Amino acid sequence: MEESKLLIEDKNIVTPGDILAEGLDYLPSSGCYRTGNIIKSKYFGVVRIKNRYLSVIPLAGAYMPKSGDGVIAKISDIQTTFWICDINSPYDAILQIGEVAEEYIDLTRTDISSFFDIGDIIYAKILNVTKSKNILLTMKDYRARKLIGGRLIKVTPSKVPRIIGKEGSMIELIKNKTGCQIIVGQNGIVWFKGQNEALAAKVILMIEKEAHIPGLTDRVNAFLDKFSNIKGEKL
Amino acid sequence: MKEKEKLIINRKRLDGRDLYEMRKIEIQINPIKNSMGSAMFKFGKTWAIAATHGPRAAYPKWQQNPEFSILKTRYMMLPFSTWERSKPGISRRSIEISKVVNDALSNVIFLEDYPKTMIDVFIDIIEADASTRCAALNAASIALALAGVPLKDIVSSCSVGKIDGEIVLDIAGFEDNYGEVDCAVAMIPHEEKVLLLQMDGIVTKEEFKKMIMLAKEGCLKVYESQKTAIKQAFTNIIDIE
Repeated sequence: MEESKLLIEDKNIVTPGDILAEGLDYLPSSGCYRTGNIIKSKYFGVVRIKNRYLSVIPLAGAYMPKSGDGVIAKISDIQTTFWICDINSPYDAILQIGEVAEEYIDLTRTDISSFFDIGDIIYAKILNVTKSKNILLTMKDYRARKLIGGRLIKVTPSKVPRIIGKEGSMIELIKNKTGCQIIVGQNGIVWFKGQNEALAAKVILMIEKEAHIPGLTDRVNAFLDKFSNIKGEKL
Repeated sequence: MKEKEKLIINRKRLDGRDLYEMRKIEIQINPIKNSMGSAMFKFGKTWAIAATHGPRAAYPKWQQNPEFSILKTRYMMLPFSTWERSKPGISRRSIEISKVVNDALSNVIFLEDYPKTMIDVFIDIIEADASTRCAALNAASIALALAGVPLKDIVSSCSVGKIDGEIVLDIAGFEDNYGEVDCAVAMIPHEEKVLLLQMDGIVTKEEFKKMIMLAKEGCLKVYESQKTAIKQAFTNIIDIE
C-alpha cells in the first residue's frame, strides 16, 4: 500500500483546491473534500490537524446553523403560533410558542406579541436543524432571554471562537475590564450593554480583524489597559 | 490593392510581446467593501471587477431549490468600456457571456452545501481590450474564494488565438479584430479540466491541439497569480498591525 503524505502543516493558510494530504490514512473533516486519493481544501482559510482528521476553518462566509448553538436573533415576523426570526444566516428560524411559555396559552385571548414583538432582540438556542434547513429555536435554556437596550455588532461567524477564547477567557477579560454585559451569539452577532460600550465595540472589532495572528490575548490586554484609566468616560 | 498590415514583425507582436507572452496581470483584493467578497482582475488594458453576495435566501421563493443553491451571474460591459459607447444594460452578448460564465463557475462551487439559497456574482467590465470573459471569470473566482463560498478549485482562464498564421497566447484588442482565430479557455489547470471553450475562426486539428496546450500554460500562470493574490488578503491584515 502507498504511504500517506501530509503536504501542509497545522495553521497553514490554504486557498480552495490546495492539496492537503495524499493517501487514505488522513480523513477530511469540515472544510475539505476527498477526490480519489487526495484531500483538497474547500475554503480560503486556516488548516487544523487533529490526529488523522484535517479541517479548514474559513476566514469568511455565511453562518450555517447547528443544533445547540446559542444565537442572537431578531424577531422579523409574528404568525398566529410562532415567530419568524432573522439569525444572520441564509435561512430564517422559527420560534414556536411552546418553546417560550411554560404554561398553556389560550391563543383566542392572547396576542403573542406581548411576549416578543417585531424588532425585539433575543438570545435563543437552536433546538433542531433539519436536512432541508428548517430551523427551530427554543427559549428553554438557562441563558436564553430577551435582550433589552444595548448595542449589536456583526462579526464574521468563523471568528466567534476567538472572541470567546479558551473556556471563555477572552470574553471574561473584556467583561471585567470594560464593565459591560456582553453576549456573543454563535451566528456572529455580539450584544453588549454598559458604560464602556464604545471600548467594548473597538476591542471586538480588533479581535475580528486580528483573530488569526498569534498572541491575541496579550494584545487585547494591552489595548484594554491603555484605556482602563479613563474608565467611565465616553471615548 | 493595399497590402494587409502585419500583426507580427520579427516574431514580436504589435505591443512588443513575444508570441507566448501574456499581458501584465494585476489583481486587487476586496475593492468593494459592501460585498462579501470582491476582486479586480486586469489583463493589460482589459479590466474586470467582480463582487459576490451570498449565500442568501433565494427570492422569488418559487425559485428556491430544496437541494441546491442557485448561482446567478451577471456580466455587463460599462458604457465607457469600449472605443464607442456601448448601450448600458443587458444585451444579447452579455446574456450569452453571463450564461457561459455561470456554467463554468457552477462546476466548481459546492452548490449542495447551501440548499434553498442563492449566490449572486456581479461582473462589470470597466475597460475592454479583448478576452473580457476570461478576465471576468478570473475575477469572479477570486471574489467567490474571498467570500467564503466552498469551491472545488479556483477557475483560471486565458485566451489563445491565431494571428498572421501563428498561434499566440492572450489576444489583445487589435489582434482580436484583425486576427484569424480567437479562443477563450477556462480550466482547472492542475486537473486539466476544461470548463469553458469558445472559439471563432478556422484552425486545423494540429493547430487546435497546440492552442489548448498553450492555453493550459497560460491558465497555470493565471492560477499562480490568483493564488498569491488571495493569500494577500491574509497578509494585508498583518501589515495594518
